[in-house]
Amino acid sequence: MNMKAMRVAVSAVMACGVCSSAYAQMSGDVIKIGFITDMSGLYADIDGPGGAEAIKMAISDMGGAINGKKIQFISADHQNKADVAASKAREWFDREGIDMLIGGTNSAANLSMAKIAAAKKKPFIVIGAGTARLTNEECTPYTIHYAYDTVALARGTGSAVVKQGGKTWFFLTADYAFGASLEKDTADVVKASGGTVLGSVKHPLSASDFSSFLLQAQASKAQILGLANAGGDTINAIKAANEFGITKSMRLAGLLMFINDVHSLGLNLTQGMYLTDGWYWDQNDNTRKWAKRYFDKMKKMPSMLQAADYSATMQYLNAVKAVGSDDGDKVVAQMKKTKINDMFTSNGVIRPDGRMVYDMYLMEVKKPSESKYPWDYYKVVQTIPGDQAYTKKSESKCALWK
Amino acid sequence: MELFGVPLQALLSQLLLGLVNGSFYAILSLGLAVIFGLLNVINFSHGALYMMGAFVTWMGLNYFGLNYWVMLIASPMVVGIFGILIERTMLHRLYKLDPLYGFLLTFGITLMVEGLFRSFYGVSGQPYPVPDALSGAFNLGFMILPKYRAWVVFASLAVCLATWFVIEKTKLGAYLRAGTENPKLVEAFGINVPMMVMLTYGFGVALAAFAGVLAAPVVQVSPLMGSNLIIVVFAVVVIGGMGSILGAIVTGLGLGVIEGFTRVFYPEASATVVFIIMAIVLAIRPAGLFGKEK
Repeated sequence: MNMKAMRVAVSAVMACGVCSSAYAQMSGDVIKIGFITDMSGLYADIDGPGGAEAIKMAISDMGGAINGKKIQFISADHQNKADVAASKAREWFDREGIDMLIGGTNSAANLSMAKIAAAKKKPFIVIGAGTARLTNEECTPYTIHYAYDTVALARGTGSAVVKQGGKTWFFLTADYAFGASLEKDTADVVKASGGTVLGSVKHPLSASDFSSFLLQAQASKAQILGLANAGGDTINAIKAANEFGITKSMRLAGLLMFINDVHSLGLNLTQGMYLTDGWYWDQNDNTRKWAKRYFDKMKKMPSMLQAADYSATMQYLNAVKAVGSDDGDKVVAQMKKTKINDMFTSNGVIRPDGRMVYDMYLMEVKKPSESKYPWDYYKVVQTIPGDQAYTKKSESKCALWK
Repeated sequence: MELFGVPLQALLSQLLLGLVNGSFYAILSLGLAVIFGLLNVINFSHGALYMMGAFVTWMGLNYFGLNYWVMLIASPMVVGIFGILIERTMLHRLYKLDPLYGFLLTFGITLMVEGLFRSFYGVSGQPYPVPDALSGAFNLGFMILPKYRAWVVFASLAVCLATWFVIEKTKLGAYLRAGTENPKLVEAFGINVPMMVMLTYGFGVALAAFAGVLAAPVVQVSPLMGSNLIIVVFAVVVIGGMGSILGAIVTGLGLGVIEGFTRVFYPEASATVVFIIMAIVLAIRPAGLFGKEK
């Protein structure tokens, strides 16, 4: 190629760049949202297709467009593999031109996606994953952690159960990033509240049988069995614990239980269990109204994650509307200075480290006799104020929050 | 009394639990071995059919009010007929081709069956109660053994031994084995070989469904229950020797026990120990522990 042709080509590209930014602030002329989660595996019911539906509800509530620019949505299944999640995220940022990524379940997958989103300077809202590292050691200016994290769950369930007299603990832990994180955070709280940890056993993800692990737990003679796992693993562990009579000598504490798990097991097996949740469909008129809309579409009540998928998408789209651009830095800055008041929470705040802080609830699962209508499962035992539930400034290692 | 720092009581209870899990491996790998040994088909849909067995049991109770004992017979029959349909409409066209084609077909069937159940029932699964006669537990002193788990070991061992007996020791079994060695000759004696092959596939599938019925009260009845198990079961068949009936039964139980012990000594490895053993066995005896070199 000769120099003249080169110069023409370069100046044409530059001119085009200038003209597009002068006329539109939306990259690629659309606002494109990506959603990568477990769509088919053991976490698919707590987030998965229901989460995608919630995001679509938010987009349609926004009118499907902002300032005449269409809002598009794509979703993918990471199959609980961190490498699949990472390569999909990279492909979407580079080729699909997504403006914001929502990370669903699985901590390992989300830790790898967070790094890519930060390198691409695009907002990354984590909803389904639990590890508190996302906004602590591995915080980035672009990661926002929305629904819950392992620290909040640990402080909710951990400290409350110790106060109820459950002093000695044994953990049944899923053998990956999330399980380890949840066990460590809960163990710290248990010890700080005056309890002791007698031991733990790690089981593989999607274990087919829990009886061996449960007998080891029982041999420890601990009062409380902390289930540091999630989804199908928690369900099968609770089922086996009832079958082997372990629920007679130990009390179960679900460190990450969702309403779908309770629904699937039934109240007979779960009654009396304590768990921490950030959102319950039957809390007030706002939550009931939204949950009913969701129920009409999915025939199931939404979990905290699915409600958060809707709320986070709304917050993001409102921020895009307010700044009139989908530029990552501007939108994140706008989101961090806007309080969240919607069907999900009131007075929620996104801190400089990216943590969305709001009040959590310690729930007790109702007895079958107390449940009056379908999906009537929880009573609120205690409200845990957001600033007590989440990582405190003094504990944070995040450089963005100093 | 202790062994390697673990109380003997704990080891005993793990041995029992290992046998329970091993029973599932044994009956599933037996079905695979029967199908491979007599049809030369690698039936990858075995896990999906096991899941169907559990779901049909659940449907029987929830839609038709049929109890566990009825479904213990009915569910394998329903799923077995489904298997025969697969054999008649698709699988029998592939016998003359490389086994890889049968493998691909059954893999595709797996994806479709699992996908259908997932879209109807979600992944969290449905609870199935333990039948009244088997609820409760034996207190063995060193552990509580739920009666239902004891029943699982008993039922699957009985079915495994009966299958082994029929195939290896009876005239019908001799026809079956002869029919796979030399179908033309056996047909010349007036025996309907295609019909026999079809029924064998149906029976192998029914074994998977039977394991599914046994599993329904133990684990959550979920569309994923088959895929969580099938890879391990394939490893069991490879270790035992493809197509060896006795090999499948013995290795199934043995690996269940080894896996149980791994859960005590080094729980993190319990998901991989079967594959480590598989690698070692393949390195030393490529045909498997009970397989014959061809």
